[in-house]
Order: sequence, then structure tokens, then C-alpha cells
Amino acid sequence: MNKPIRRLAIFSLALFGVLMLNISWIQTFQAESLQEHPYNSRQFIESLTQHRGSILVGSEEVAYSDPVGGDSDQFQRKYENGTLYAPVVGAFRAGSATGIERAENSFLDGSNQLLAVNNFRDMLTGEEPKGADVYLTVDPEVQQAAMDGLDPLGKNGAAVALDPSTGAVLASYSTPSFDPNSVASVTDTEQAGKKWEELEASEQKPLLNRAFNEVYPPGSTFKVVTASAALEDGATPESTMDAPESLDLGAPLTNAWDASCNNGAPDSLAHSIEISCNTSMANWAIELGGQKMHEQAGAYGFNQGPMEVPVDVTESSAPLETDPNILGRNGIGQANVEATPLQMAMVASGVANDGDVMKPYLVDSVQNSNLEEVKAAQPEVFSEAVSSGTAEDLTQMMIGVTEGDEASGPAGAIPGMQVAGKTGTAETGTGHTHNWFISFAPADDPQVAVAVVVENGDQSGGELGAPIAKGMMEAVIDE
Amino acid sequence: MTLGAVAITLFAMIEAGLTRNGEMPASLFVYAVLFGGLAMLAHVFIRYFAPWSDPLLLPLATLLNGLGIAMLWRLFEATGDTEQGSAQDQLILTAASMAVFAALVFFLKEPRTLQRYPYIMALAAVVLLLTPLLPIVGTSINGARQWVDLGFTSLQPSEFAKIALVVFLAGYMVTKRDVLALASRQVKIGPLKVLDLPRARDLAPMAAMWGFCIIVLVILMNDLGTALMLFGTFLAMIYVATHRSNWLVIGLTAFFGACALIYPFVSHFRVRMVTWLDAFRPDVFCTDEAMADPESFCQTAGNSQQLVQGLFAMAEGGMTGAGLGGGKPGFVPEVQNDFIFVAFGEELGLAGCMVMLMAMALLVERGMRIALASKELFIKMFASGISFLIAFQTFVVIGGVTRVIPMTGATIPFVAKGGSALLSSWVMLALLMRMSNNARKPAPQAIQDEGATQVISR
Repeated sequence: MNKPIRRLAIFSLALFGVLMLNISWIQTFQAESLQEHPYNSRQFIESLTQHRGSILVGSEEVAYSDPVGGDSDQFQRKYENGTLYAPVVGAFRAGSATGIERAENSFLDGSNQLLAVNNFRDMLTGEEPKGADVYLTVDPEVQQAAMDGLDPLGKNGAAVALDPSTGAVLASYSTPSFDPNSVASVTDTEQAGKKWEELEASEQKPLLNRAFNEVYPPGSTFKVVTASAALEDGATPESTMDAPESLDLGAPLTNAWDASCNNGAPDSLAHSIEISCNTSMANWAIELGGQKMHEQAGAYGFNQGPMEVPVDVTESSAPLETDPNILGRNGIGQANVEATPLQMAMVASGVANDGDVMKPYLVDSVQNSNLEEVKAAQPEVFSEAVSSGTAEDLTQMMIGVTEGDEASGPAGAIPGMQVAGKTGTAETGTGHTHNWFISFAPADDPQVAVAVVVENGDQSGGELGAPIAKGMMEAVIDE
Repeated sequence: MTLGAVAITLFAMIEAGLTRNGEMPASLFVYAVLFGGLAMLAHVFIRYFAPWSDPLLLPLATLLNGLGIAMLWRLFEATGDTEQGSAQDQLILTAASMAVFAALVFFLKEPRTLQRYPYIMALAAVVLLLTPLLPIVGTSINGARQWVDLGFTSLQPSEFAKIALVVFLAGYMVTKRDVLALASRQVKIGPLKVLDLPRARDLAPMAAMWGFCIIVLVILMNDLGTALMLFGTFLAMIYVATHRSNWLVIGLTAFFGACALIYPFVSHFRVRMVTWLDAFRPDVFCTDEAMADPESFCQTAGNSQQLVQGLFAMAEGGMTGAGLGGGKPGFVPEVQNDFIFVAFGEELGLAGCMVMLMAMALLVERGMRIALASKELFIKMFASGISFLIAFQTFVVIGGVTRVIPMTGATIPFVAKGGSALLSSWVMLALLMRMSNNARKPAPQAIQDEGATQVISR
């Protein structure tokens, strides 16, 4: 009987072995992903008693912690201009956080490895530990201009501004926004929780950062990508393509004005961009083929998976397509092309920056409680989307959009300066249109690149989007 | 070694006290005297009444029991929240359990006498298992109907039923092992021998066991843990008795077949499976959004909060843990019961978990050694059965909370809060020690010296 007992003993040991292996796996390799799991609220609840660092825009503290006072050792998170910055900064509340509050939590609550030395010093000197301060790249004037442009429309929408030479996010606004103060109370958590649920349930989705996390058909703004692919393929701004009144792509594809683009004659690339001709650009996409279109979109940042800036950015997609009917529509930013406003701002900034797309980032620097810089942003090239020659051609074509004879987006023009832009009016399939405008200025020395989208604006991008973009560009240039 | 185990316990309490409240626990002295005294008493007692018993068993049990007390102290007393229980209760229960332990070691000189009453034991086991189904006294806690409310305290009779069952199986199988092992019918496909099937009438005990586990425990009482444990132990013992793997094949097939069959009909069984497989699905975890959706999973049944929070706690612990008192075990609902292990995981880290599992494994393997060393078949069956029961119970619980297998709800021997579990653990230990003592007792010296005389020892 000893043999089966020995086997049973080995089997018992094996059971313990399985447990040990599993626990080792959980506590070592899996630990980090579990700690950062969205359901894991430990780090946020306990940190109510920690003196959290501030989040700054310019020199203004837009989020900071104040002692609750009385018997409580907790801190209350407060937000200045909460509604204006909520899409970027997010909200820190008992149980969770969003936006920068979440993405940079390890710095704000002081748990990051880079702060270990400072924490140790604080411990020795008996100083109250305080998390690090996070300085954002956001420019308050530009952010304000985005809000002032979008909010009065009463529609949902978003606007992003980038510094094309670095990738720094100068503005990122999404409307409707919300006031983080209303959900952050630690003294009246019930009311705060109720308010949060209300926001979550709202059909307007105020918690959704449309600038980074909503994808829209980019409409005609995507023609910049199509034109890029054409120019890179050897075409010139004068190269022409058939631009009839209508193309038969499964269903007829027409121009916005229900006529041909060049009185029936083939239209030049530059003119097609200026007036936003659909039929010629669809023909360009079909002629270039799915592979080239797909690659060009990828070079601008499409199909590259989710991105962290450091808040999460949803992937924009331009799938590889072979069916000419769909390919043609993709070429004008319809069918299965989808982009975040940030993605379209990256397209504009790529053209502005001699063809190099810089990786967008929101955090300029992090300073510990002793005001020493622990981390500073290093601008990186995200991709080389087009050659500088192509970028120059595109810039000239886009200047035509704001000041050409038949300009489709004159409302984006700034007096005394050349502005490169592109309008977009994307059909949503529901009978409504989203209105886009992407641009950068000054065209000869770009300081800012912008993308604006207004959901279901039902006008043209030139009418609705361009004035907002103009305001944001002016905010940078007037400084 | 027992002293060492006590010292570790007290040190754990001091650490927890210092971390939580910045001072030495006020009641430390009481614990030191009581727990230390009890352990020492037990040690002296064993020295005197079972001097040849395995010297590792008592220190290991003391260590596990002590760590359990220290953790419960940290969970309740150090936080001032004694509604869910207290370490003092656990200490008193430990004292009572040790008394029973001593009594058993003292009075049950020959565990093999139990062999005489297999059917009484079987009856006792069944009755014990069924008592929670009785009206008035039987109560459900957290959905499982496995408690008996005695007014002043509630008992979990299944904890004792499993011991009775091991006694029965050991007794029964020793008598029937030849039949079970040898009488068989060959199943052939063409010339190929596929499987030896036992005769139908020999299958009866297995069928009874299987039916009982499935119907009563799973369907009526929602006690998956006990069902799994009992059936696992049964299979282990029949394997030891017969050394035939075909019994395992048949048993496992029947068990999993039944599980598959009742899966669509027994909702709590389904819930356990879903929370195990899809623990991180929003509607299984019950996020705020999922709660708002009237169609979602969490509207109809339980959720995976406990499991997932347990995993988060383990992750927080990492390699060395947050230190006793330094973690946040309050995040895990009902952490003082079967999830106490994740509290150790969080505060003692991987290192602490490994030590606890090693102690458990060592305890089990020493138990298996007793089975190997014994010369009587009944004792072999009995010792290996109890050892495997401890091992399997540990596996079922810890495997459940760490998502190796579905959560079933049982208790970690010696460690977890609760009187029945603690008492039954010490009873098992008493049985093992007595068997160990008898197995290792050297034959009487005087006779051995007579050279050629044949010694027939037990």
C-alpha cells in the first residue's frame, strides 16, 4: 500500500506547488498590472489622507489639495477653473480618478520611484510629505479660446491645439465639460457620488474627453492625408484627376455643391484641396490604392494602437482597404476612416513641422516638493509622415483653403498672416454632419496646429469649425 | 520549536500593534501567557503521553494557529472593529481545541479501535452533513446552508463530518480492498484493452458518495467546497486502497459529468463558474455602470468583488509585503474568513505566503510519512486520508481565493477564523500524533534483546 501513498504524497506536494507557482506569478509578474487595473481603487481611497501635489497650467494651480481641517486628517482636492480644464486634468475623487489625476497619480501622490530620495529626505527632516507638482503644457489663453469658441454653439465637440515643433498640447477642450469640484468632495461623499453617477448617466457624456477618446469620421480634413500620399507618390500640386459631378461608388458620390469641380475638366490637386472636391480626391485614393493610403495614414499616426500622452488616447483607424468603392470614400474621410481630434491635429502639425509628426504630450515637467525638477518632457519625433518638399506643397495648398479665390474656409484666415487650413464636413450616416477644421499658423513659421470638431453641427466645417480654430491660433500668435 | 512558533506569533502581534497604533498591543501579555502557556502545555503533554510522535507536527500547527490569531488581532482589535469577531474569541477557541486535542491523545490510545465502527461513522457523517438542512437550527450564511445555530454559537457540522467520513472510508476499504481492486470486467475495443471496469455492485459506495456530494451538497446546500473536498478525499483513499487508476478515471468522469449536467440548472454553481472565469468582466465585477444596467449579470447574482479585491491585495503585497498592519485588507469583503490568506499575501508578501504554504506542505508530508511508517492497513488509510484532506482543503481554499479554481468557500486549516474549523483541525492533528506515536514507538526492549526470538510488533 506504500506505493499509492507515496504517489498521493507527491500529488499533495504538487497541489502546494501549483499554489506556490500561482502566488509567485500574481505577486511578481502580474502585480503591476493588477495594481494599475481600472477597478483597483486602493491607491485613490487611501490617498485621501496624503498631501497630493498640484497640477499647474502656466503658473496657475488648477488642481491642489487643501486640508479639510477640524478632526479630519484628509485633504480636499480643489479645482480652479474646473470646467475649463476638466477634460485634461480630470477629477480626483474617493475611489478613482480620471485624466492627468489618474495618469500621473504616482507623482501626485508621491509613490513614484523617482521621488524616493526626496521622500526619504522629508522623512529624515520630519517634513510633512507632499506629492510632486505636475506642470502641464496647456496654454491657458488657447484653452480659454477653445472653450469660448465651442461652448456658445450648444453642441458637443472638441478642440485640440499642438505646438507643431515639439508636440506639446497647448489646448485640449471637450464640450460639454463638468466641474470636478462637484464630484470631489471628501466631506460629502454621498452627494459627490450621486453627482458622478449623474454625469456618467448623462446622454451628453460630459465625462468623455472627446478630444482624445472619441473617434469621428474626419471628412474632408482627411483629404490632406490623401494628398500627402499622392505627392509622396510623385504627383505635383498641378497633377490633375477626373472630377466629375458624381462618381459611382456603389452609391453615387457627389460634391458638396452637386456639380463637377473644374467645369467638367480634370481638376488639379491644389484646386481640389482648396475647394474640397470630393470626386477628384476619391479618384486619387482609388488610383493610389489601399496599400499606399493605409501606409500614409499610418505615418500620420492612424492604426498605431492606443497612445498615452500620458492620459489614454483612443486609436484612430484607417484600415487597409481593397474595394475601390470603399477606398474612394476613405479618401475623403468617410466609410471606415475614423479619427480623434488629436489625430487630425497631428496631421496638421505634421504638415506644419516639415513633415515630421511630433509625439504629443501634456506634461511639461514634474517638480518634487522641494521644487526640484524630477522629470522634464523630451520632445520626440513620432514619425516622419512626409518629406519636407511634400509638406511645403501641402502648406501652399492649405493656404488656398483660407485665402484662395474659391476658398472653402475663409473664416479661418487671420488678417496679416497666412493660415494653412482644411475644412471638413463629415456625414455621420444619420442625416447630420460633423463639422471639422484643421489648420496651422503662421504658415511660414508655424507656432500652432489646431483641430476642431463640432458634432452634428449641420453646417460646413468652414462655417462652424474655422472661427473657433482662428480664435485658438490667434491666442498663440498674439502672445 | 514550539517556543519559536509562539515567539513568531507574538512578534507578529507586536509588529501589527506598532504599525497600526504606534504602541505595543495592550493585551500582548495576556496573549503571551495564554497562547504561549497553552502551546507549552500541549508540548509537555505530548512529551509525556505521546513521546515518540513526530516532533514537527505540533510546532507547525502552533505556528499556523498563532499566525491566524495574530492576523485576526490585526484585523479586529488593532482597528477597533470587533463586530465581525475578535482574536480573543479565536484564542478561547484555540484553548478549547487544544483541550480536545489533549483529551483525544490521552484517551484514544489506539486509533485503530475506530475501525470497528465504519457504518456508525458513515451514519454520523451523513447526519452531520444533513443537520443544516433541518428547520429552525439550520442556517444559511452568505448563501451556503452549512451552519447549525445552537443559540450560543453556530457550528459547521461538515467540518466534523469529513473526519467521520475518513474513518468510515478507511474502515470500509480495508475490508473491501481486495474486491475493489481485483474484481473487474475488462472493456475492450477490438483487441485493445481500454479500461478495467469494477463490477456494478462494487460501484455502489462510489455511486452513493457521488450522489450525496452532487445532490445534497451542491444542489440543496450550495456547499461546493465540502462536496469537492469529500469527493476528492474519497477518490484519494480508494486509490490508496486499490492502487488502481481506473477508479480515478471513473470517479472524475462521474464527478465532472455531473457538474456539466447540472450546470444549466443550478444557478449558484453557474455563478461561481462565471465569477471565476470572467472575474474582470465589468458586469461580473459590478462596476457602477453595470449596476445601472438592469440586464447585467450582477443584477441576478453575486459578483467577483471579493475575488478581484483579493487579487489586488495580493498584488499590493508583492515580494515582501506591506508589513503586518501596513496593508489595507479592509478592501476585501469578509477578509477574516476564507480570504484571510490574501491578507497574509498583502502584509507578509510572497515570502510570508511561501512560509505558510511550506508549513502546510510540511504538515501534510509528515502526515503521509506516518501512513508510510505504520504497519496496519487501517492506520495507513486513515493517516493518508487525513493528510490528504488537509492538503486538499488548503488547495481548495487558497486555490479559490487566488483564482486557480472556482471559489467554493471552505476554511484554511488552523489559520482561518471559526470554531468548527479550528476544532476539527486540532482533532485531525491529535489523530495524526497518536498514530505517529504508535508507529514510531520502538518495540519493547526486553524482548528484542533475546536475539533469535521473532518479534511481532504492531
